[in-house]
Formats: sequence, structure tokens, C-alpha cells
Amino acid sequence: MKHRYLPMTEQDEAAMLETIGVDAIEDLFADIPQSIRYSGELPMSEALSEPALLKHMRQLADRNADFDRYASFLGAGIYDHHIPVVINHILSRSEFYTAYTPYQPEISQGELQAIFEFQSFICELTGMKVANASMYDGATALAEAAALASGATKRKRIVVSRTVHPEAREILRTSARGLGLEVVEVGFVDGVTDLGELQAAINDETAAVLVQTPNFFGLLEDIRAIEPLVHASKGLLVTSVNPLSLGILESPGVMGADVVIGDAQPLGIPAALGGPTCGFFAVSEALMRKIPGRIVGQTIDSEGKRGFVLTLQAREQHIRREKATSNICSNQALLALCASVYMSTLGKSGMVEAAELNLRKSHYAAGRMAEGNLSLPFRAPFFNEFVVRLPDGTDIASLNAQLLEAGYIGGYDLGLAYPELAGHLLVAVTERRTKDEIDGFIRELEACL
Amino acid sequence: MKPEKALIFEMSKPGRVAYSLPDCDVPEIEASSVVPSHLLRSTPAELPEVYEVDVIRHYTELSRRNFGIDNGFYPLGSCTMKYNPKINEDVARFAGFAKIHPYQPAESIQGALELLYTLQNDLAALTGMDQVSLQPAAGAHGEWTGLMLIRAYHESRGEKRTKVIVPDSSHGTNPASATVAGFETVTIASNDKGMVDLEALRAAVGSDTAALMLTNPSTLGLFEEQIVEIAQIVHESGGLLYYDGANSNAIMGIARPGDMGFDVVHLNLHKTMSTPHGGGGPGAGPVGVKSRLIPFLPKPIVGRAEDGAYYWDSDLPQSIGRVKAFYGNFGILVRAYAYIRTYGPEGLRRVSELAVLNANYMMHRLAPYFEAPYPGVCKHEFVLSGKRLKAFGVRTLDVAKRLLDFGYHPPTIYFPLNVEECIMIEPTETESKETLDAFIEAMIQIAREAETDPQLVINAPYTTIVKRLDETTAARKPVLNCTCG
Repeated sequence: MKHRYLPMTEQDEAAMLETIGVDAIEDLFADIPQSIRYSGELPMSEALSEPALLKHMRQLADRNADFDRYASFLGAGIYDHHIPVVINHILSRSEFYTAYTPYQPEISQGELQAIFEFQSFICELTGMKVANASMYDGATALAEAAALASGATKRKRIVVSRTVHPEAREILRTSARGLGLEVVEVGFVDGVTDLGELQAAINDETAAVLVQTPNFFGLLEDIRAIEPLVHASKGLLVTSVNPLSLGILESPGVMGADVVIGDAQPLGIPAALGGPTCGFFAVSEALMRKIPGRIVGQTIDSEGKRGFVLTLQAREQHIRREKATSNICSNQALLALCASVYMSTLGKSGMVEAAELNLRKSHYAAGRMAEGNLSLPFRAPFFNEFVVRLPDGTDIASLNAQLLEAGYIGGYDLGLAYPELAGHLLVAVTERRTKDEIDGFIRELEACL
Repeated sequence: MKPEKALIFEMSKPGRVAYSLPDCDVPEIEASSVVPSHLLRSTPAELPEVYEVDVIRHYTELSRRNFGIDNGFYPLGSCTMKYNPKINEDVARFAGFAKIHPYQPAESIQGALELLYTLQNDLAALTGMDQVSLQPAAGAHGEWTGLMLIRAYHESRGEKRTKVIVPDSSHGTNPASATVAGFETVTIASNDKGMVDLEALRAAVGSDTAALMLTNPSTLGLFEEQIVEIAQIVHESGGLLYYDGANSNAIMGIARPGDMGFDVVHLNLHKTMSTPHGGGGPGAGPVGVKSRLIPFLPKPIVGRAEDGAYYWDSDLPQSIGRVKAFYGNFGILVRAYAYIRTYGPEGLRRVSELAVLNANYMMHRLAPYFEAPYPGVCKHEFVLSGKRLKAFGVRTLDVAKRLLDFGYHPPTIYFPLNVEECIMIEPTETESKETLDAFIEAMIQIAREAETDPQLVINAPYTTIVKRLDETTAARKPVLNCTCG
């Protein structure tokens, strides 16, 4: 067969077989026992020509309601933010996207420097001393943070607030079974972690307390009040954050966090049905040699010139095998680059302005909603997402179906993950939403009730 | 020789901007009016202040200091650095794939769900498995997911099995994943043919064996000819067989893990299915299982109702739970699906045949100059040993660095661990005979240089932006960022 990705000609094939000293390609598979050979054609999707494939993919894509055609008020961990135009141009440089992990530093200085800069951005934003080159996403980073805390403290009890993203807690529970960790969940009052219950849950077996701010309901947790409770028992404080909120919110490092993790999706990464995004992972200096994943360090070459290398590799699976701090190998490097380009583009003032826009637009929307027959059940401060209580008996699935008809992607049905919050909608309002869209969404929402 | 490249932080000049945000068309409230001051920053984060041209030139310059498959031959063993098709990049950027939310109503993402459903079935067919989860984000993530499934399976039968067996040639992620899944690793030595030593395996298995993890073909590029016996030994002990799919590029349409006796398999879509490595990720590591393990799969998988509608199927009562937020690295799954559809089943079989032909051709031509410890037929990759050159003071690392001067990305070196001065070469099917020949000639020249002028090799590279870097100091006195150092 001829194929545009395959250079083999009949002549080359014959010459190569002759060099090897066999008659046919089939002979190169003589080591595979006949009893396990597959004969016939696999029952898989058929091949398509390039134009037919483009058409097929376009048809599949067009059956999805996308953010270009619908105004999204859905958040819950994935947000519709403006993605600066330059990002796609840089991520499309194939020197970046077709490269492997930078194992050969002499020809990988571009990627290595980009990761070093990513680590620097994350440290600056989170107020931490050391950041790695990325994790799969924010949710798996949370589970890795629990593993790190258990290893660092030699304790097995993990206390996690129920205001942490429900899927992140599910992954944590899955991981905990493998690692033999005990996971204790702490409830919430008025939408934020119940500090009394938290204090009662922390004991001298507690490896870490895991909190998220803004939390799953969009509300800010009082990290400054939580910090002394955790450190009194010598556990670690793990804080999951929305990196965009750190344009205006105090960095967790300043507030005493030992580990700061999160998902960089708000930093210029497409929603893409939730992935690929990019988890980030930052720690205090004391935990530097316990951090999972790749780390880039600055050094010099044999002529004294500045350069960058993968470093502290004695923690990693390819060196330590079963004694590694984590099994992570592939990470999300290209999306870390994406986040770096975003932070370079927004820069010092842009990160503040973007965060302020999110805060202002969401507060405008929340204020407007509270004026009508909707109510805001929680009083704690929020960033760009908030909870609305709908009238009793509202069926949120059919409400969202109606909103979709009207051109809006509606909010998240909190009853799905919190039975006690049935009839509550989680609404996200990013800088992308115009006043007209917000007003229109609220009008439509009220009309549907 | 290019000078040192400034960091983006070092290019900052107060007052410059590279962004254009939407206008504020709502009341401009101050953050301090709605957030208590102790939760607000007192000063902005010290991020760079640059303009758009700076951003473009900075990252363009960084890209020029990097080497990808589009720059040249990249025979990195066990990494399957094949061509990353451009159509895959284009389609993944369609708004209907890139700008959709995981929590949208299922009715509003039927195209995405159809793609995932079809991909699940295609990968199940390719591997000979009964169901596939697309959630795992990478190969190691798939390994851990698979081992958690195996753990749940044994526990459901009231058995506590604590040990995972791996050969000494296995990827480092195998034992690391076993540890994270709560198992103890038992490493068994390979025999002198590079195969699993059946006697060692028989001695290792028992009532505590949870699984054997095997890469087949192995990291030595060899097909485990005794796989049927291996499966029998493990199954008779009550253990399961885990297939590390890193080397699947050798056997597509030729032999399926499911037919070899494997119970759980992961595939690295960023290897076999051509999705780009991205400088380290993102990848995707879907996991396939035989029917008896389906109840334990991570939630949800994609189902198809009788009326043809696709839906998230969370009806897996014994599920190990979630392993990844949302539904996996969807953007990568889109690319992998597009790749499968450029070839179809017949094309994928041809891909594997040519990957194996290329590897055998290279091994035969290089064996006279570098020792080939396993000189029979190889599969998609092969190992050489550079130990002959040690007599001249030249190590495999030096050979790799010298290859940089010829414009190649070097092969994988010093892995697997059981081959001295190992050089592991995987050409892939997308490289032409001319490319292979030129690389072979470079390798032969370097072997000659090692004999006649070893210093030339030992001091390489000469043409790169930086010379060999001081990795020892980097680890002893770590400088890991430019702001808080």
C-alpha cells in the first residue's frame, strides 16, 4: 500500500530485506508463535482519505455546542476564558510540540528554559520556593500532594474539606486505597470549611489538610485561619488554588501553605472537554527533594555559559524504580508552556486586570440574580463563581436544556455531587461574558422558572 | 555561536503590555469592597512586563533552541518518535472539540461522545480486549490504573495478593506504579536470550502474586516467544497478566495482547498512535481489560443507547473510582482517533511491518561496529552495546553527544539496565531508507573516530548552543527558578 506518511518503496523494501538476509517481511515475525497470530482484518474504523477525514471530523465537531456559538456560564473546574491569539502560534511551533522530554539538554535548551520559566511563574504566583514541570491536572496533583505529605510526615491520615472539587476527592480516594491512606472528609458551614469540625478532625496522625480556595462553590476559604490548626499538629497544609485568582488574592505561600497545587486551565488552556490541562505543584524549600515529577535547574556548561538541565532526578522512577517518590513520567509540558505564554502575555498588570474583570463580572451577575426570585445561599466572599438557590422543585437538567435552546450553556447542578444542595446551581462568570450576555442569561433563567 | 538567551523575566520593562482584555462593561467595584483585606495581595506578583513582539520573539527563539521530530531523525528507543501528522493538530483545534465543557449536557456533545465511543471500540479491537477506559493521562497513569483494577479484582474474590513481578528489563514506571498501587515489586532476571527466565518466574509466582507486568516486545526489542507458557504459569498461580503497551508499534494487526493471555493492557497513544510528545506531555494511556475486569473500570465510560444516543455510563458498581478529572486527555484522544482513521486496520498492520523492517535493517548494518547482544530478529527496536569502545576511553554517552554534531537526536542510552553501555534504537516506520542510511553512516564514522581520535568523541558536541552541562552542580546546589532562588 502507498500512504503519505510511509516512505517505503518496493525497491527499498527488497534492498533492505536482502541486507537483513530474509525473503519477506513475514520472516521478521517468525518469533511470534502461530497460535497467537491474528489473522484477518481487525474490526476497526475504516481508513479515510485526507478530505474525507476532514469532513468526518468537522461533522463530529459540529454536533457539539461550543463556546463560539454558546455563551457559557459553566465552570466547576473548567472555564471559558479569553485565550490570547499569540498562544496558538507559539504552541504550533513544532520544535516544541514534536519534541520528547528534554533528555539531551544540548539540543533541548528551549524546552528546558521554558520549563524553568514556568517553574518561576508558578513560584512567583503561589509564593512558594520550588515548583515542578507539571502534573496531569489539578485533581491528580491533589492526590500526589497527599502522597507527598504522607511520605514527608510518616503519617497516614489525610483530612480533606468537602468544599474541594468532588472529582479531585474521588481521585484522592482511589489513590488512598493504593497507598494505604485514611481519608477523612470535613463538612462545610455557609459554603466554606467548617473550622470547628476541621479542628476536631486533625490529630497527631494527620499528614495533611487539603483545602481548595476559591473552593468548589467559588468561595474563598480563610487560609489564614486554617493554617495554625494544621501546623499545631505538625501536619502539612495543602492548598489547591485557581491560578488566575492569584492576580489579586494573597499567595498561599505567604499564608503558610506547605504545598500549593492547582490546575492551570484558566491560564490560556482550551477547555477541550476537560483535558489536556496542566496541573502545577509547588512546595516549600524543606520539601524540595520529595516533590514528584520533572524539575529543571539552572547550571553552566563546560565554557561557563548559562544552561538548563533536568535535575534532582534521584527522586524519579527511571532512577529509583520502586523507591521513587511518584510513578509520573510523561507530564503536560506543552500545556505548561501554554500557561507560561499566557502569563508572559498578561504580565504583571494583565494578571491583576483579568482577575479583577472576573471578580467584577461575577459580582454584577450575582447582584442581578439576587434582585429577582433567585437567592444566594452563601455569604462568604467569592472570586468568579457563585451558588444560586433555585425555587423549590426546579429540575436543573431540563432548565439547562432550555437555556441551551436559548444559546446559553447553563450552570452546574450541585445536587449531583452534594445531595443537600439539590436545587442549587453553580454559576461561573468569566471576563469573556459581556453585560448583555449576563443580562440575557438571567432573563432567560428567570423565564424558565 | 549564539549568546545566552535572556529569560522572559529579564526582558521586562515597566509600562509594557502584551495583552488586550475585554472592556469592563459592569460596575468597576474594588476587590477590597467584596474580599477581606487579609485575603488580598498587597502588591502584584512580579511577572514580566513585555509587549507582544517580545513574547513572539522570545518563544520563537526558544523553539529554535529545541529539537523535535520535524527537525530530524529521533530514534529514541521505547519512545516511538514517529511523525506527528498535521491533520491531527488541525482537527483537534476545531471549536467543536477545543471549546466544549465536560459538564455540558450529554445531548450537546454527541459528536465528542461518538468519537470516544468509537475510539474505545477501536482500541479494544486492536488489543483484543473487551472494554477500554480512556481516562488515564499517560502510560504510567495507565499502569497504575491497571494495577488498581487488578487489586480490586483480587479483593472482590476475597484474596489478598501483594506482589507484582517485573522483569529486569522493564520500564522504571512499572515498579514505581506497583509501589503507588500498594504492591511489593519482585524483579526477576532475564535469561541469556533476553527473555523471561521461566524457572525464575515459576520460583517467583505463588498465592501472593497479584500480577506479572510485561512489555512485549520487551525493551530489548525482543518478542517473548514463551508468552503462552508465561501466561499459563501466572494464571495457574491465580495472578493476572498486565501488558505495558509502550512497544505496541511492533505488533498492530499481527498479534494482540488479549490473544497472548494478557488481562489488562495500556497503550501509549503518544507513541503508537502518533500524538505529539509536547516536550514531555500531554500523552494518553487508555487501559483495556478482559470482561471479568470490566466491573472495576474507572467511571465513567461512554455507552450507546438503543436509540443511537451516546451517554456517560457510570453503572460500574465495583469501580475503582476516578483516576483523572473529567474524561481523560480528550484533545489527545481526538488526535489518536484521526490517526487511526488515516490508516484503518490494514494500514496499521503495514505500519508495524515497516517499523520492524526498519529496525532489523539498522541492526544488521550496525552490528559489525557495535556489538548486538541479541542478534536474531528484533521487533520495532533493538539494543546495541557500546562496551567495545570503552577500550579507547569512549563511553556510550560520548557517542550520543557526538551524534548531536551530525544533527540527530541520540537513541535512548543506558536503558535497559541489563545491557552494558546500552544504546537502544527505534527508527519507526515514518523514516526513509535514506535517513536510516545516513544515520548508520554517522554511527560508523563515530565508531571509527573512537578508535582513531577518541578525544574528538569525548569532547563532543561542538555544534550545539551549549556544551556539556554541569549536572552535578545543578543537583547539589539547585537553582530552580529565577525569582525566589
